[in-house]
Amino acid sequence: MNAYMPYILCLILFCIGIYAVLSKRNIIKIILGVVIAEYAVNLFLILVAYKTGGRAAIFSATENIPPQSMVDPLPHALVLTSIVIGLATTAFMIALAIRLYGKYGTFDITRMRELRG
Amino acid sequence: MSKEHEHGMSVIVKTVTRLTVGLIFLYGMYIVLHGHITPGGGFAGGVIIALSFINLDLAFGGKVSGKVFSKGGTSLVEALGAVMFLALALMGLQYGGFFDNFLHPDGEPGDLVSAGIIPLENIAISLKVGAGLFGIFLTLIVLQKFESEKKQ
Amino acid sequence: MIELYVLLGLMIAGAIIAIEVKNLLSAVVAVGIVGLGLSIIFLLLKAPDVALTQIVVEIAAVILLIRATLHRDIALKPCGSRPFGGFLAILFLGLAVLAGALTFSGGLNPFGSPLMTVSEFYPMNAVAGTGAVNVVSSVILDYRAYDTLGEATVLFTAVVGVLTVMRSKGKKKEEDLQGNNE
Repeated sequence: MNAYMPYILCLILFCIGIYAVLSKRNIIKIILGVVIAEYAVNLFLILVAYKTGGRAAIFSATENIPPQSMVDPLPHALVLTSIVIGLATTAFMIALAIRLYGKYGTFDITRMRELRG
Repeated sequence: MSKEHEHGMSVIVKTVTRLTVGLIFLYGMYIVLHGHITPGGGFAGGVIIALSFINLDLAFGGKVSGKVFSKGGTSLVEALGAVMFLALALMGLQYGGFFDNFLHPDGEPGDLVSAGIIPLENIAISLKVGAGLFGIFLTLIVLQKFESEKKQ
Repeated sequence: MIELYVLLGLMIAGAIIAIEVKNLLSAVVAVGIVGLGLSIIFLLLKAPDVALTQIVVEIAAVILLIRATLHRDIALKPCGSRPFGGFLAILFLGLAVLAGALTFSGGLNPFGSPLMTVSEFYPMNAVAGTGAVNVVSSVILDYRAYDTLGEATVLFTAVVGVLTVMRSKGKKKEEDLQGNNE
């Protein structure tokens, strides 16, 4: 199998998220698209860090684990912060959607444009 | 039926919540305190602690969990976490630089008390993340519910 | 690594269902499938810290999405596409596939062999330098603590933003305006 196959599947997942953002009319669907694209980016960083036959980046008191056999810990640290930021931004988007629903009574963004003014 | 049973979900959910919510909270504390020797850390542990409060809130309705943790208390705890994190960072200035690990040589690697200021920073991060998430939840869910009740 | 491909296929199927299904509750549950599959993939790729955080955050996100949106009467309304949205989407996807092809043809290492020139420093020196056995923990809270400080700032900003958007006091004038419109 091709050595780049996981990356290509990850790109497909990202494209699905972007497609939802660009073409859906329901705000909740747009939020779900952003969430899916964000998952794909996190997955891509972790895929880049993986080493074949590698071990998790945690040392043990009873077992001697050579540092050369560990996977790359730096993208793990970056993704760890990115996941929590993603949750916070998702909550903010939900708050905006609830406010828009309270003002217009719908989640459909084309109807919001009609009702303006 | 006491007054407590009027809000929230059914009696089964309330009983199971009463039995498990303490264990969930303890598991979050464990994840935070062992963040430097096992997988986990302040982020995951803070979210687990917030989820234990969210569980209480969903099962018993907003009024019971509001007694445990009000919105002002949530803001206070979040600010406390931020101040603790920054104070630890500033204390490093005395020894070498911002975020200097000034307690480092204490303890053997792999013990619970080791790694200098990393466990303390984990606690600060968990306070900040947990209180922030629970504050967002309270704002989004509970206030919304009050507004819809007011309209009716 | 056949599990990885199976899980990735499941995630792609879950994402397509989440976007194309009519019922919004089903869509949110399908996003839950994507997130939990992602958590298992993190575990397979030897990232237990990230897997633990992802599974917990996914549960919180699904609870927020369900509780904050789905007690409204919006479940069965059709949600079609925007005019020109399909054209834009196809254009963007074409560009994305082109960029992906250019990237994979040259710059990126094959799967399973990371570029370790910078990151080799961390496993080599983490225990002696910080005393933490968990290398990821030592990276986020010691070597790259500025990242965590920035993350705390973004989280604080998001909380303040949610509180500002959702505040209910001091809105009497706007309620009067809405009453006039109705």
